[in-house]
Amino acid sequence: MSGSKIEFKNPVLKWVEYRLPIFSFIDSSVGSGYPTPRNLSYWWNFGSLAGIVLAIMVVTGIVLAMHYTPHVDYAFLSVERIMRDVNYGWLIRYLHVNGGSMFFIVVYIHMFRGMFFGSYKEPRELLWIIGVFIILAMMATAFMGYVLPWGQMSFWGATVITNLFSAVPFVGEGIVQWLWGGFSVDNPTLNRFFSLHYLLPFVIFALVFVHLWALHEHKSNNPLGIDIKGPQDTIPFHPYYTVKDLYGLGWFMMFYLFFVFFAPDFFGEPDNYIEANPLVTPLHIVPEWYFLPFYAVLRAFTDEFWFFSWFMSWVMDAKLAGVVAMFASVLIIALLPWLDGNKVRSMRFRPLSWMFFLIFIADCILLGYIGAMTAEEPYVTIGQWATLYYFAHFLVIVPLVSRLEKTGQPPESIAAAVTKKTEEV
Amino acid sequence: MTDTASTASGKPEEGESRRDFLLLATSTVGAVGATLAVWPFVDQMNPAADTMALSSTEVDLSPIEEGQSITAVWRGKPVFLRRRTAAEIEQATKDDSASMPDPQTDAARVQKPEWLIMVGICTHLGCIPLGQKASDPKGEFGGWFCPCHGSHYDTSGRIRKGPAPKNLLVPPYTFVGDETIRIG
Repeated sequence: MSGSKIEFKNPVLKWVEYRLPIFSFIDSSVGSGYPTPRNLSYWWNFGSLAGIVLAIMVVTGIVLAMHYTPHVDYAFLSVERIMRDVNYGWLIRYLHVNGGSMFFIVVYIHMFRGMFFGSYKEPRELLWIIGVFIILAMMATAFMGYVLPWGQMSFWGATVITNLFSAVPFVGEGIVQWLWGGFSVDNPTLNRFFSLHYLLPFVIFALVFVHLWALHEHKSNNPLGIDIKGPQDTIPFHPYYTVKDLYGLGWFMMFYLFFVFFAPDFFGEPDNYIEANPLVTPLHIVPEWYFLPFYAVLRAFTDEFWFFSWFMSWVMDAKLAGVVAMFASVLIIALLPWLDGNKVRSMRFRPLSWMFFLIFIADCILLGYIGAMTAEEPYVTIGQWATLYYFAHFLVIVPLVSRLEKTGQPPESIAAAVTKKTEEV
Repeated sequence: MTDTASTASGKPEEGESRRDFLLLATSTVGAVGATLAVWPFVDQMNPAADTMALSSTEVDLSPIEEGQSITAVWRGKPVFLRRRTAAEIEQATKDDSASMPDPQTDAARVQKPEWLIMVGICTHLGCIPLGQKASDPKGEFGGWFCPCHGSHYDTSGRIRKGPAPKNLLVPPYTFVGDETIRIG
C-alpha cells in the first residue's frame, strides 16, 4: 500500500518496526499515510460504522456464549436466565439483539451509498462483489443467531428457511434432512446453528479484511465519482477521517443505545418470548425486518401469479421459483458493475438514474412492508408487482437508462471542485 | 538419484516424462484422498443412528368422533388423524376430477375413507396448517389452511390453492385393529 514510510524516534517502536513493520502498516491503512479523497461526505461513515458494529457483535456474542446452553430443553431458559440473573446480562443481550438490526441498517445504507455514487464501477468491481459475499454471510449469521433463543419465531423461522432447500429438485429432501440432522428442526439443528453462528462472524471478519485490501488498492470512491489525480485531491485518513468517523460514531451510538435502553424489543417479535412448540405454528410468521423484502420476493411466486404461469411454470414449480427468485434478488446486486454501462460513476451527474434510484429505494421499502403482511389480497398482488419491478430495475431500467441517458459533466478534479466551491463561498 | 543421473546423461525427455507422471500420479492420489477425507465431515451432519432409530407410533382411534381430528406425533412431526364426515368424503371424491397442482384421487390417499391420516406439515415450507380444531379456519376447500403463505388444502388434504406444490403427505401406516393404527 502507498504512503511514505514513517520514521520512529522511540527506540521500542523502532525495535519492533524493524522486525515486524506493523506500525507502518497501520499508518498506511488507517493512519496519516493513507491518502483519502478530500471531499468525502457523511455517507462515507457507514463503512467504518459497520466495522465497529461487527466488533460490538463479536464481543457481546462471546460473552453471551459463556451463559447460553444450546439444547432444546435449556436454550430458552438459559436466555431468560441471561435476562434476569446474569449480571448485566440484559444489557449485553440487548446490545447483541439490537446490534444485529443496527448492523443491517448501517450496511444497507452503505450499499445504497455505493449504488448512488457508482462505487461498484471499474476498478472496484471485486470490492463490490466481496461486499455482496459479506451481506450473504451476515444474513446466514443473523438467521442462525435468531434460532438460538428457541422461541416460537426462532423455531418456525428455522423451519421455513431450511425448508426452502426442499425446493431443489430430486435431492431437496436429502439436503433438508442433512441441514436438520433429523426429520425436523430439533436439538441437532440447534447445536450446529450455535456452532456456525459462532464461526461465521470470523468468516465475515476475514471477508472484511479482503474488502479493505481491495478498497485500499484504488482508494475510496467519492461523491463526485472521479478518480484521484494527485496529492492535491487527497487528505490523510488520520486525523481528518478518523475524527469524522468518530463524530458519526457518536451520533450512531445515541441512535443504537436509544433502542437498547428505551425500546429494546422494538425490532423483535413478541412471539419469540414463547418457547418453541413444534406442534403449533404461530398465526403469522414474519422474519426479522431486515429479511422482509426478500421474504416478499419469496412469497410473490404462487401458481396464480401470471408471470410465473406464463414464463416459469414449464421448468419449475412455484415453490422453487420463489426460492430461486429470493436468492437471485441478492445475487443480482453483484452484477451491477456490468448491468450499469455508464462511465460516469456518481448519480449527481445522472439525473435520470437518480430518479430511478429513488424509485428503487421506494420499491425495496414497499417489498419490506408487503413481507410483513399476511398472504392475502391486496398484499399478494402488490408484492408480485413490486417483485417484478425489483428485477426490472436491475435487468431493464439500469442497463437501458445507464446507456441512453444524457449525463452532466463531472468536474475536472476533486481539488478543482473543492477549491471552486470555496471561492464561491 | 539415478533419475537425476539418467536425465543428465542425455535422455532428458524420458526423465521429464517420468517426473511428470510421478507428479501427476501423486497429485491425483492426493486429491482423491483429500476429497474422500471430506466425506466424514459432510456425513456427520446427516441424521445420527439414534435419530434414525425412532420407533413407529401406535394410535388409538376409538375416542375420535365423526368430524373430529387429533394430532399425533411421529418422528417429531405432527400427524393429522381425521374421522371424516360423509359430506367431506363425498366432497373429496366429487373433486377427484377437478384441476389441482398435484392430482390424486381421494381413494389413493386413504385406506378406509372414514380415516384420513396425513403428516400435518405444509408441503410449501413446513408450517403446520390450521383446521384440526373446530374453530380453526379451514380454507376455501373446507380442509386445512396454512397461515404462513396461504395454502388451501381440501377435505382429502390435497393442495388446491396457494404456493404449496404437493398434497399433504400420507405416511406409511397399517390398521393393527379396527380402531388402532401403527404409523411408520
